[in-house]
Amino acid sequence: MEANTRSTGRLPSAFLTPGSSSFMDFLGEHQPELLPGNRRLPPVQGVVEAPHGTTIVAVTFPGGVVLAGDRRATMGNVIAQRDIEKVFPADEYSAVGIAGTAGLAVEMVKLFQLELEHFEKVEGAQLSLEGKANRLSTMIRSNLGMAMQGLAVVPLFAGYDVDRGKGRIFSYDVTGGRSEEHHFAATGSGSVFARGAMKKLFHGDLTEEQATTLVVQALYDAADDDSATGGPDVARRIYPIITVITEDGFRRLTGDESSELSRSVLERRLEQPDGPRAALL
Amino acid sequence: MSTPFYVSPQQAMADRAEYARKGIARGRSLVVLQYADGIVFVGENPSRALHKFSEIYDRIGFAAAGKYNEYENLRIGGVRYADLRGYTYDRDDVTARGLANVYAQTLGTIFSSSAEKPYEVELVVAEVGERPEGDQIYRLPHDGSIVDEHGSVAVGGNAEQISSYLDQRHRDGMTLAEALRLAVQALSRDTNGSEREIPAERLEVAVLDRTRPQMRKFKRIVGGQLVRLLEAGAGSSAEAGGDADAGSGAESEKDAGEE
Repeated sequence: MEANTRSTGRLPSAFLTPGSSSFMDFLGEHQPELLPGNRRLPPVQGVVEAPHGTTIVAVTFPGGVVLAGDRRATMGNVIAQRDIEKVFPADEYSAVGIAGTAGLAVEMVKLFQLELEHFEKVEGAQLSLEGKANRLSTMIRSNLGMAMQGLAVVPLFAGYDVDRGKGRIFSYDVTGGRSEEHHFAATGSGSVFARGAMKKLFHGDLTEEQATTLVVQALYDAADDDSATGGPDVARRIYPIITVITEDGFRRLTGDESSELSRSVLERRLEQPDGPRAALL
Repeated sequence: MSTPFYVSPQQAMADRAEYARKGIARGRSLVVLQYADGIVFVGENPSRALHKFSEIYDRIGFAAAGKYNEYENLRIGGVRYADLRGYTYDRDDVTARGLANVYAQTLGTIFSSSAEKPYEVELVVAEVGERPEGDQIYRLPHDGSIVDEHGSVAVGGNAEQISSYLDQRHRDGMTLAEALRLAVQALSRDTNGSEREIPAERLEVAVLDRTRPQMRKFKRIVGGQLVRLLEAGAGSSAEAGGDADAGSGAESEKDAGEE
């Protein structure tokens, strides 16, 4: 009787099954092959070569948090991309910056954004900031198999906690371990140098403008000592991506704002190559 | 031993349709209107938590009248459909037309399958375009048909009367306040023609606003913003009344000229 006996065109039952508000859970039930963690990698000898993103930094200030990243992706000793974007809004009140295998990281961010949006639409309310941070943890853990083969993704998550009224930062390791960072954090190959810079420049009552300047200084120091981190590229007009999250939500600094900030830092560095000096005692 | 009665297919379908229609008619009506900057959803809803309107995707909104658990199920199915589609292809590839088709197939299959009871719901799927010409509104009755609507649409208990009221008064390029005012007027008319007041706290209002800078255009209008808009609408409708008078005056002048 039916013209098409295989499918009636109606929504499959998985779509109409009440239950989880998680998009990943739904995907796992309905089309598990689309989940990044369910991919099996053939056994390979050595490390797989793929573009890697490098340094991400974050710093809190009273009223919010700043998350920024440089623009370089490297593959071994080659610069794979000069203008890669590694900092993304996760939702209205949070952002995620990624270091590690660029291809996997971008996919992870896409799924993470969708996970938060999906929950918000289904439940009619946003996840708590802790809840968001935990979801990201699960996603990194599902990538552990790939990480063991050298395709690790290590993000930095920053957001404005609406309930507590302050900016917070969460850092991760390859196994999905999550830890909250107070004041500032960095991830990626240049993170050691960036963290050193931030440690010396940070204080508790930064303004938003000072906080954005601080992250540019930290990224400059990272680029200064780490070959895989890109400094401000004046010739090509490629400057770091800087995002600010406050009570008003997520905001990404425009190209002009970022360029002005980077240029003023660069200007001072022409006179003082090592940047601002902290007091000895 | 019982012998099953013979029921003609026409009769069986008519009974099912009657059943679904009665269920939908028990719910309160809601209206969806186009205005200059997008599409507005207005309904009477005493509950703050159980919504009749909801966001499906960037430019797509959903409205439903009828039985809550059934349309809530369809709504979540729609969100899952849209998110999965956007994830596999691209955000631009999620369209109201595609979603309306899936809903129609789902409702149609359930309606004609004798093993399931028909859903007592009537849905509206709306997509806001870059420009008013790109706006799409689909109405999906309980039986799986799709009606492509323009300008205004009403679903729920008193839908026919409300939509004829709206058809006469809705025009293109209304402001949000005007459209909201018209919607509230339409909703506050009872079946017997008498009017009652619907206070702002019993109204559920949401918009798909094409001027929103974010990718997601759906927004609920609540609290102080809603009260301000209702007041603005009341002011401008008085002006609109004045305009209408002026219009009729011009017409009579024209008539006089012809004489």
